[in-house]
Amino acid sequence: MTRIRFAAIAALTALAASSAGAQLGSFNPPPGPQKTFAITNAHIVPVSGPEIANGTVVISGGKIQAVGASVSVPSGAEVIDAKGLHVYPGMMDAGTSIGLSEIGQGANATVDISEVGSFNPNAMAYYGLNPHSAHIGVTRVVGITHVITRPTGGILSGQAALVNLAGSTAPQMAVNRSIATVIEMPRSGFGGRGFGGFFAAQGPANTQDVNRTRQRQLDSLRTMLRDAEAYGTAMDAYAKDKTLPRPKHDVVLASLVPAVRGQMPVLMVADRVTDIKEAVGFAEENKLRPIIVGGRDAWQITSFLKDHDVPVLITSVMDLPTREDDPYDVNYSAPAKLAQGGVRFAITSGDAGAEARNLPYTAGMAAAFGLSREDALKSVTLWPAQIFGIADRFGTIEVGKAANLVVTTGDVLEAKTDTKYLFIDGRLVPLDTKHTDLNDKFKDRP
Amino acid sequence: MTRTLLFAASLTLAAGSLGAQANPAAAGAGATLIKNATVLTVTKGTLKNTDVLIQNGKIAQVGSNIAAPAGATVIDATGKYLMPGIIDPHTHTMSDAINEGSLSVTSMVRIQDVLNPTAINIYRALAGGVTSINILHGSANTIGGQNATVKLKWGEDVDQMMFPGAPPGIKFALGENVTRKNQSQIIIPGQPTTRRYPVSRMGQEEVVRDAFVRARDYKATLDDYKARVAKGEKNLVAPRRNLELEPLVEVLEGKRLVHAHSYRSDEMLMLLGLADEFGFKIQTLQHGLEGYKIASEIAKHGAGLSSFADSWSYKIEAYDAIPYNVAILLRHGVNATINSDSDERMRRLNIDAAKLVRYGGLTEDEALATITINGAKQLGVADKVGSIEVGKDADLGLWNNHPLSVFAAVDKTFVDGKVYFDRQQDLAMRDQKAKERADLEKAGANQAPATRRGVQPVLPQEER
Repeated sequence: MTRIRFAAIAALTALAASSAGAQLGSFNPPPGPQKTFAITNAHIVPVSGPEIANGTVVISGGKIQAVGASVSVPSGAEVIDAKGLHVYPGMMDAGTSIGLSEIGQGANATVDISEVGSFNPNAMAYYGLNPHSAHIGVTRVVGITHVITRPTGGILSGQAALVNLAGSTAPQMAVNRSIATVIEMPRSGFGGRGFGGFFAAQGPANTQDVNRTRQRQLDSLRTMLRDAEAYGTAMDAYAKDKTLPRPKHDVVLASLVPAVRGQMPVLMVADRVTDIKEAVGFAEENKLRPIIVGGRDAWQITSFLKDHDVPVLITSVMDLPTREDDPYDVNYSAPAKLAQGGVRFAITSGDAGAEARNLPYTAGMAAAFGLSREDALKSVTLWPAQIFGIADRFGTIEVGKAANLVVTTGDVLEAKTDTKYLFIDGRLVPLDTKHTDLNDKFKDRP
Repeated sequence: MTRTLLFAASLTLAAGSLGAQANPAAAGAGATLIKNATVLTVTKGTLKNTDVLIQNGKIAQVGSNIAAPAGATVIDATGKYLMPGIIDPHTHTMSDAINEGSLSVTSMVRIQDVLNPTAINIYRALAGGVTSINILHGSANTIGGQNATVKLKWGEDVDQMMFPGAPPGIKFALGENVTRKNQSQIIIPGQPTTRRYPVSRMGQEEVVRDAFVRARDYKATLDDYKARVAKGEKNLVAPRRNLELEPLVEVLEGKRLVHAHSYRSDEMLMLLGLADEFGFKIQTLQHGLEGYKIASEIAKHGAGLSSFADSWSYKIEAYDAIPYNVAILLRHGVNATINSDSDERMRRLNIDAAKLVRYGGLTEDEALATITINGAKQLGVADKVGSIEVGKDADLGLWNNHPLSVFAAVDKTFVDGKVYFDRQQDLAMRDQKAKERADLEKAGANQAPATRRGVQPVLPQEER
């Protein structure tokens, strides 16, 4: 019996090792130390203000120490001559699950993006994050320096983390291990996420059943939020008065307390008008601070979103129009309409990880369809930082902010632009990736 | 007979009126003069402040200060960029079915039979500057069905969309999609999961080999028969037609192009070797994401390769894909292209091409070639499309910015000299459509019964 079991385990292990074999090792060279760097003769695009045609950025201790046209280079600084190059603040992808899933199809052992069951508020992306994921290297070299990586699935999916895309360990990468709670609101109408037609065929048979299921799920969600609120109150009361009965610790409810107290925003995944409105209504009813993720149809309800001051992380700029009679550019032009309507938003890649590097071109596409180029850049730098309340540290090139910078050959949103230097957390990051490694190995093979 | 003809006529009429709605300038069969554009010829460099004259659906003249013939439509393209229509060598657009996956060899089926000319993604592709596409059978089996090369003449019927003179082709497929290691591909609701030979790369080799052994025998039978007919022998019985092997005989005769879906370098090498052994060519390796590992071998065989720009890691066999693939192949002398394999990506192949400037250092012309002339060569239509040259079909995209810029959008797309997409017309039609919709929504018959302001629905009379 023991032997058989052992053999079975060995076989399983062998299978996992073979399917995930490619993932072993690390493709991401670690960043260098936090030294003093002076990037000189650069065309600086600070985002916070006018461009500086020929200036210097000084960084040290992980922070931006000086920026301007007439900044002197501190003695001992490592000088990077950026003549002919551009300096931008590192971009932020606020709509990805990078590091949580390496090969989505056929290699389940590399997928840590979702937990079992519907209510997992304590599942932290931070603990699923693989610092050695090849996706991280290829994403950062286009100038995406930090991301919100979030778990998916179920209803309470877990907690998203703010991470820098450099470091050999999760603690080195994490800026905030729990920056937001993720709720994937049960949708109105038919069809699940993903293979809609296929699963819809097996799902509830009629609208009433669908809505009943959904109401039941929402009730469970409400109950859990109320429980978490009560748990927080009880814990606070006990902390003040130890003569009270000691409440039993509950890691699940404890993880929800910051969200139900409005101390932590809640990412609410919703695309359609009805679902977005429902999410906002639900958030207000339960005193949550919502950020809409998805937001495909948000452009149709800009005044609603503005009135309720709800920001949107739009994931669908590159998606095909949903309806046959939608304008061909309905999703390309959505960010321009959000901007016109005064809605706070950020453009995100909406990709699980491998193709998060398309973020700048996604913002560029929005600019090709009505968004100003300045706003397109803000939508992937300053605006996501503002939405998450971290604009005091990220999103622009200003003194005191984190030294997340990218030095490029041209406009950072252009696909043909190349990266020459990359700084994350004030550290110079090597530009080698899994892809440059393979390129180097094979490009001259006779 | 009369009935059939009438029916056909009314269909044509319907298609015609649809076309008129969607492509406003299609009615003007006259000449068009595009003035003062930056012309990206792809094969003959970039020409600034240049005019292009379109006559009879062809590029009639390229130069400066071309005089407009009487009655010609003149388009001021100052500040705009004219490039050849984009060619996508791998799509499944318009297809009402993609895989006949029941057998390992389905060379007898044709994508042409399941094309839907009203698929909205045709129009969306035109809006991304695409004019010709290769519509392939899926990758469920080792030897799949016959492809269709199509011009995106939105509003017209399938027969008019088929690319005239394009050589026929066929889809082959290797790797995970064929062996069905991705379980999601074999679950059919309500059906037990089934396994179909082959389930390994070993079996794939055998399936292709077996098919060509049979095709070679069949060809010998056909050749023998033809020779005896030529000799004047009488009372011969013609060999029975074999619809499975006929296309493979055409492959052996070099009359049908093989487009082979493949990811890993080992499986590509297997197929190239097998083709060498049987004496035929692989026209293109489709995807070929590990092509860069065997670039010299691919060049030696003479195959082209059509890749993604940078998609990767979505399955095991795509984990070693690199965005330098196309550049490495081109530098080794392989005719390489970018394809979409997606109605979504097809609309932005210009951005995918631009990535090759970054990854691998292609020149702008080389990058543009991967979505134009190189694809035309892969589909055997390079004498007609793929570059801006006098005498070629006027399949063109007029862009408001350099098409290798992410900030670029298409103003107009021409196929055979007719405008099939016009952004200004599209924008103008939106107001009209919105009004139409509002009117329809207001109409009493479209109100829910409870709110139907006194209008009773007219119920159809039951016939007995």
